[in-house]
Amino acid sequence: MLVSAGAVSTLVCVGGLLRRVWLTGPIRHTVGGWSSPLGIELYADGLSTALLAVTAVIMGTAGFYVVDAIRHKNGHTEGYDSDFFWPLWFFLWTTFNAVFLSRDVFNLYITLELLVLCAVPLLILAGSGAALIAGMRYLLVAMLGSMCYLLGVALLYAQYDTLSIPQLGALMVSSPGTAAAVVLMTLGLLLKTALFPLHFWLPSAHGNAPAAVSALLSGLVVKASFYLLVRLWFGAFAGIVSVGAGNFLGLLGSLAIIWGSLLALRQQRLKLVIAYSTVAQIGYFFLLFPLVIGGTQLCAPSDRVDWLTMAGSGAMYFMLSHALAKAAMFLAAGCIAHAAASDRLNEVIGIGRYLPVSVFAFALAGVSLMGLPPSGGFVGKWMMLKAAFATNQWWWAMVISLGGLLAAAYVFMVLKQTVVFRLVDIRFYEVPRGMQWAALLLALFSLLLGVSGQVPLDLLAVGSPFSPRAGQGWLP
Amino acid sequence: MTLHDWLPLLTLLTSLVTGLLIFFLAEQQVRLRTFLNMAGAIIKLALVAVMLWGTFHGQSYETRLPLLGQTDLVLRADALAMLFVGLSSLLWFLTTIYAIGYLEKSPHRSRFFGFFSICVTATVGIALAGNLLTFFVFYELLTLSTYPLVVHRGTPEALRAGGRYLVYTLSGAALLLLGVVWLYVLAGPIEFTAGGVLSHLEEESHRAALIAIFVLLVGGLGVKAAFVPLHGWLPSAMVAPAPVSALLHAVAVVKAGAFGIVRVVYDIYGIKLTESLGVTGPLAAVAAFSIIYGSLRALMQDDLKRRLAYSTVSQLSYITLGVAIVGPLSTVGGVVHLVHQGIMKITLFFCAGNLAETVGIHRISEMDGVAKRMPWTMTAFTIAAFGMIGLPPVAGFISKWYLGLGALQAGQGWGVGVLLMSTLLNAGYFLPILYAAWFKEPHAAWNEKGLKDWWESDWRLLLPTLATAVLSLTAGLLAGLPISPVGWVRMIVKQDYKLWTPFLGIP
Repeated sequence: MLVSAGAVSTLVCVGGLLRRVWLTGPIRHTVGGWSSPLGIELYADGLSTALLAVTAVIMGTAGFYVVDAIRHKNGHTEGYDSDFFWPLWFFLWTTFNAVFLSRDVFNLYITLELLVLCAVPLLILAGSGAALIAGMRYLLVAMLGSMCYLLGVALLYAQYDTLSIPQLGALMVSSPGTAAAVVLMTLGLLLKTALFPLHFWLPSAHGNAPAAVSALLSGLVVKASFYLLVRLWFGAFAGIVSVGAGNFLGLLGSLAIIWGSLLALRQQRLKLVIAYSTVAQIGYFFLLFPLVIGGTQLCAPSDRVDWLTMAGSGAMYFMLSHALAKAAMFLAAGCIAHAAASDRLNEVIGIGRYLPVSVFAFALAGVSLMGLPPSGGFVGKWMMLKAAFATNQWWWAMVISLGGLLAAAYVFMVLKQTVVFRLVDIRFYEVPRGMQWAALLLALFSLLLGVSGQVPLDLLAVGSPFSPRAGQGWLP
Repeated sequence: MTLHDWLPLLTLLTSLVTGLLIFFLAEQQVRLRTFLNMAGAIIKLALVAVMLWGTFHGQSYETRLPLLGQTDLVLRADALAMLFVGLSSLLWFLTTIYAIGYLEKSPHRSRFFGFFSICVTATVGIALAGNLLTFFVFYELLTLSTYPLVVHRGTPEALRAGGRYLVYTLSGAALLLLGVVWLYVLAGPIEFTAGGVLSHLEEESHRAALIAIFVLLVGGLGVKAAFVPLHGWLPSAMVAPAPVSALLHAVAVVKAGAFGIVRVVYDIYGIKLTESLGVTGPLAAVAAFSIIYGSLRALMQDDLKRRLAYSTVSQLSYITLGVAIVGPLSTVGGVVHLVHQGIMKITLFFCAGNLAETVGIHRISEMDGVAKRMPWTMTAFTIAAFGMIGLPPVAGFISKWYLGLGALQAGQGWGVGVLLMSTLLNAGYFLPILYAAWFKEPHAAWNEKGLKDWWESDWRLLLPTLATAVLSLTAGLLAGLPISPVGWVRMIVKQDYKLWTPFLGIP
């Protein structure tokens, strides 16, 4: 009861905010009337509102999945029935909202820290030894990342006396101290976002958490730190980051796509396949940096604005649809694991016959990951490809295409197992319908993003951080 | 918007909605499923008939929905589109009857018919697509919806074939996507227009890019159109149930590729630009090689369906050859072969499925004397095989006639040589089958399954087969009429060459 009330009221608030941003443009709110640099400032533009909305959809649907799992508990509930579950769940939701609405670097540090402090206990609720180890490792890595980030923040504050991202953007100049701060903050965030080769902690954490929690970890938590990177690189650091740095991030992203996909192909467990797929898909997001920053130099000035905004919106679009698709995939995997009492690929052979809805949800989410039409992933990929050709950086287009094919390989590796015809009938456990439909609902949402492409794109364009007016420096 | 604007979309929805509804049916609801299938197919046929009538009288139908920025989802019923739509909806109707009989009592029928309908939706979408993005959307949908049909039986062999199918088609689609995106960046939002739409680009400065894009587009489409050496998926996909093989090979998948090439050459690049870029020569060479190689491989197969599959590899490239030899007559021959090859090949696959289902024959070496047991099936097979060889008056003769004339008109006599050699090879792999079936003595007595008064097998397997055989015959006999496939194609070709003709006089 209380759970539904909390979820519904948050959904309503996000809906209201969405409407206002859509109609009137970015909103700024100074908490308690204290404006920055003294007070805390909340800020919502198209990008943050879109992320808030996707968060609300995923938290709401996954919450429904959990409610249904608790109601029909038969033996294995993956820790959903713990007394700590719902408080942590809502704390996590609050923290997401705080991340996407903050815009000073210290506030963001706090929210990121809170995110980890809610996510790790939720992960450990799974109760297995593997989950405990994975959770501890995740905690330590995240702490290390936070420390790096905090060190960078301190260096910036010492030099510029402000923590607000827009003010930093106006003040920052190249200096050794600034460079050190940029490197430290970026490194810390890369560690939390699990960009190759700093992804080592992710698969075990995402693969061992309860399914609904994995959905949040893969779908949303890694996006939060990436979101911050975007805000910093195209806000505060816009004047000082170089094309080379952008290309370096793009290179790491490309390696992530290839390495993550190849490892996904070698996994024996369904949830680990999905977790490595996250490693690969994170790589796509980082192609944003070379496409936009490199694009400023390689593209004709007349149509620069269009193409750079397109690259930015494309990557963000990809991120949003990945969030929905990945969450759907983990929920579907949860249903499958529930039915087979295991998520080993050789124990779910032929399960499609018993769980058509879940397998279908998995397949639809897979379509989005592969970037095939009609899905949100396709729209994002289409725009990134266009931007790559338009800014004469066709090599990133090759990486994007190759990544799509590799994604198809691991998605179909899983789907193949589910359609195998089995002579011996094995009884699977019954899976509550609500759980199955929750997964399908999220998959349909990721498909919907592809069908109604223009509406979210218009939303993302509201106060877009990629339009050259927002960043001061990265246009020569 | 008026009803006219919605007709193309409605045509798509008839099969899409049918497919989605069927997914939710239980396995035992046979009657409801059959009703839905037939209702969908009949309504689609009716809508298509209306649009065919309108298109013939100069009416155009277009649905336009916003998709992405300046690029819309465009479904437009022009003459070329209607050629393919007419073919697929008619053959969908017949194949559905066939499939209901063929799959009786086998498992997973809801899944099968659901994906089957979506597959048809994708094919019709490809046909009606008014721009490259729309085309690509349905092209990928087709890949995804045929995979479950190829692996339908769930055997290790089927899964291997399915995997192979995906590797080929998804890689091809990735190339295609790169080409499409590059073209959009270069030329802006462009739509299919008879005569080409790239005339505003300066040829000199964009020459290299235009050639590269052409290679990406045609290379990507060539996978589905089964160019040698991109054809590897096709023979192995033969493990699918017979109605799927029939639909895959006659209409949906392979035709999607060939149709795409026709669109790219005539409605994007325009025949003049294609020729001056110098890409027609290599394309013709690839097509000629595929024609000969496919026929040679077909000679060596003993499995009936595999022989038919290699025959498809060969016959499909007739279409490409007609496109690649510049000139209105060869274009007529190539484009009309889209339809002619479709109805003839589906007849052959229907026969193969009927033989396998009724008397358990899968190999050519088992076919001795089968015509005595199944005279009607073998009559249909004989008509279609004659058509494939190119004997008058079956439809295949018309295609070859125009192709040959076109090659001579364009001064490319080697094309005639390729056609003659292919004809000999076709005869080489079809005539022994006919001889064995009609004149040899059977090894043992045939079973009596489905044998009743009139019918030599289940009527649902026999009637569609006879219907397509009759179609192949009439398409050839009535070639002089303006509403015959070839008459229709002549109308299209006049549009394609209206801006530029290499020779005086249009047929």
